[in-house]
Amino acid sequence: MSIFIDKSSTVIVQGITGRDGSFHTKQMLEYGTRIVAGVTPGKGTLTFENAVPIFNTVADAVAATGANTSVIYVPPMFAADAILEAADAGVKLIVAITEGVPVLDMTRVYPFVKEKGARLIGPNCPGLISPGQSKVGIIPGRICTPGSVGVVSRSGTLTYEVVYQLTRAGLGQSTCVGIGGDPINGTNFIDCLAAFEADPNTKAVAMMGEIGGTDEQDAADFVKTKMKKPVVGFIAGQTAPPGRRMGHAGAIISGSAGTAAEKIAAFEAAGMGVAKRPIDFVELIKARM
Amino acid sequence: MNIHEYQAKDILRREGVPIPPGEVATTPDGAEAIARQYGGTVVVKAQVHAGGRGKAGGVKLAKNPGEAKELASKILALHIKGLPVQKVLVTPAADIASEAYVGIILDRASKKPVFMVSPAGGIDIEEVAAKTPEKILKLPIDTRYGLQPYQASRLGFFLFDDVKKVRAAAKIMQQLYSAFMKSGCSLAEINPLVTTASGDVVALDAKMVIDDNELDRLPDIAALRDESAEAPSEVQARNANLTFIKLDGNVGCVVNGAGLAMATMDLVKFYGGDPANFLDIGGSSNPEKVVNALKIITEDPNVKAILFNIFGGITRTDDVANGIVTATKQNPLKVPIVIRLTGTNEEIAMKILQENGFSASSDMDEAVKKAVELAKGGKAA
Repeated sequence: MSIFIDKSSTVIVQGITGRDGSFHTKQMLEYGTRIVAGVTPGKGTLTFENAVPIFNTVADAVAATGANTSVIYVPPMFAADAILEAADAGVKLIVAITEGVPVLDMTRVYPFVKEKGARLIGPNCPGLISPGQSKVGIIPGRICTPGSVGVVSRSGTLTYEVVYQLTRAGLGQSTCVGIGGDPINGTNFIDCLAAFEADPNTKAVAMMGEIGGTDEQDAADFVKTKMKKPVVGFIAGQTAPPGRRMGHAGAIISGSAGTAAEKIAAFEAAGMGVAKRPIDFVELIKARM
Repeated sequence: MNIHEYQAKDILRREGVPIPPGEVATTPDGAEAIARQYGGTVVVKAQVHAGGRGKAGGVKLAKNPGEAKELASKILALHIKGLPVQKVLVTPAADIASEAYVGIILDRASKKPVFMVSPAGGIDIEEVAAKTPEKILKLPIDTRYGLQPYQASRLGFFLFDDVKKVRAAAKIMQQLYSAFMKSGCSLAEINPLVTTASGDVVALDAKMVIDDNELDRLPDIAALRDESAEAPSEVQARNANLTFIKLDGNVGCVVNGAGLAMATMDLVKFYGGDPANFLDIGGSSNPEKVVNALKIITEDPNVKAILFNIFGGITRTDDVANGIVTATKQNPLKVPIVIRLTGTNEEIAMKILQENGFSASSDMDEAVKKAVELAKGGKAA
């Protein structure tokens, strides 16, 4: 078992003929993901790599294949439209990899997706992977191995680092989700924690947060009041200066709010394990499983 | 991206917000000429991308043109939070009866722009929020519908009792909202919004922060960037498509990915060192980026050791290795370098590095410890 995606997930790639879209579609196919369609307006008669039919619109792709998931690799100025199109076509899980989406666009997209009853992951995220079953996005498949640790993170390469350490220590993963580093994203830590709590195959959760906002503090409160499974947390940006955007649009300490210290204190108050270094996840999770 | 007060005021004036005139000077003589043209008392205000200008001595009242010249010369010599003041705005002093605060911020929790207004203006709004939260009205706006007239009016009534002033304020709310949306802001602020002795409602200061992700589709806004007001190393990094933030330590860090870059800085601190910078070379692995990254880092005289931490996913570690070799051939390093890389094409990368006399490890903790040790002048383990 896993959360959000499994081997039955049928996936559309929006932007399949682009540089990133085509590269990662090949990687996903290699991993075993059921890619059933691609969408690129104007290329609706072609087939990708002799394996995946391409459609002009998401609505056409859904009508022909019944896909329930979409992954988006279109350029940032077209990402909002692509998400709206997927939600309007009835896709239930939309994963937006695109980095650099204007935040004001997301203020229109987010309520629309909610009203359509779809789940959006991202934007500006590496996507997700349920090891051995399916990967939707760009997380390298070879660093993961099936198991019972749920992983959720705001970052990309930091997630890889932790997953790599877990795998090396023999701790496999149920699902790894990158929720993205933008200030407004579709899925937050609590959404993922709730799904991991309900997933019978997840035994413990590793959570990687960073400075900025209050998502981690809210998550800590959720762990304390709603979860039985153990959660170990890490916050990146303990040495970040206030008022500066640390790469991710959302990684910024505003005034005195959103510091690493305040998030770590919330983790401790919730009785969570606190990893001081990425490597600490291994021992802290082993001790709790 | 930050823009200056005078630029934000220009944007708001175009929307119709009542703002007293003002002109920018880069020399004391220029400031004097502007003050002479206005006559009477003027305010001389530093144009710099840093908060707390007033407390730093960057905002002064001048009673006559001579005094304006003298004060401008002092302000133009200031550094506020490390940034040099290169321009001053000279504007006639207003006859202030009351000061209010009006702002819009992109709020992460509600996922909407939120209006924040307070009759207690002119001071730090965070302080008002902490001490007297009842003096602030917060109103989230659904951008699909925009700011409705009833909402603008409610905001106005929170600030004023007099209906004429309420109407004037409501109109300014609409104009500010329009500017916020058109300019791709993450923050737009009028602080203070004042009433004058004659009963007019006027904006005396303006601040706008633009969402960097908007700049590609807003060329007119992007053109407002003032590179002379930013740290030179950060300008150089941005032009090379790198995300760089200078810090005070001595371990120069080159990392791929923002989260891992922050975690690497934290680990440097954990092992007793101090990071010299945040630097994210991003997801693609163009060797040119590595060359530029090394160039920027080695220009910082504080850097005593360089640490590479690369986790290859999309980034190919052999590209990074080639970048390191090319860069160090062009400009031989004067400080030690520690390289950690793992992931995509790791074996090829290790071979390239070894053939060129570099050693590399695949363990993050080991590499960070070594870099901290070397920066302190010690021997590598």
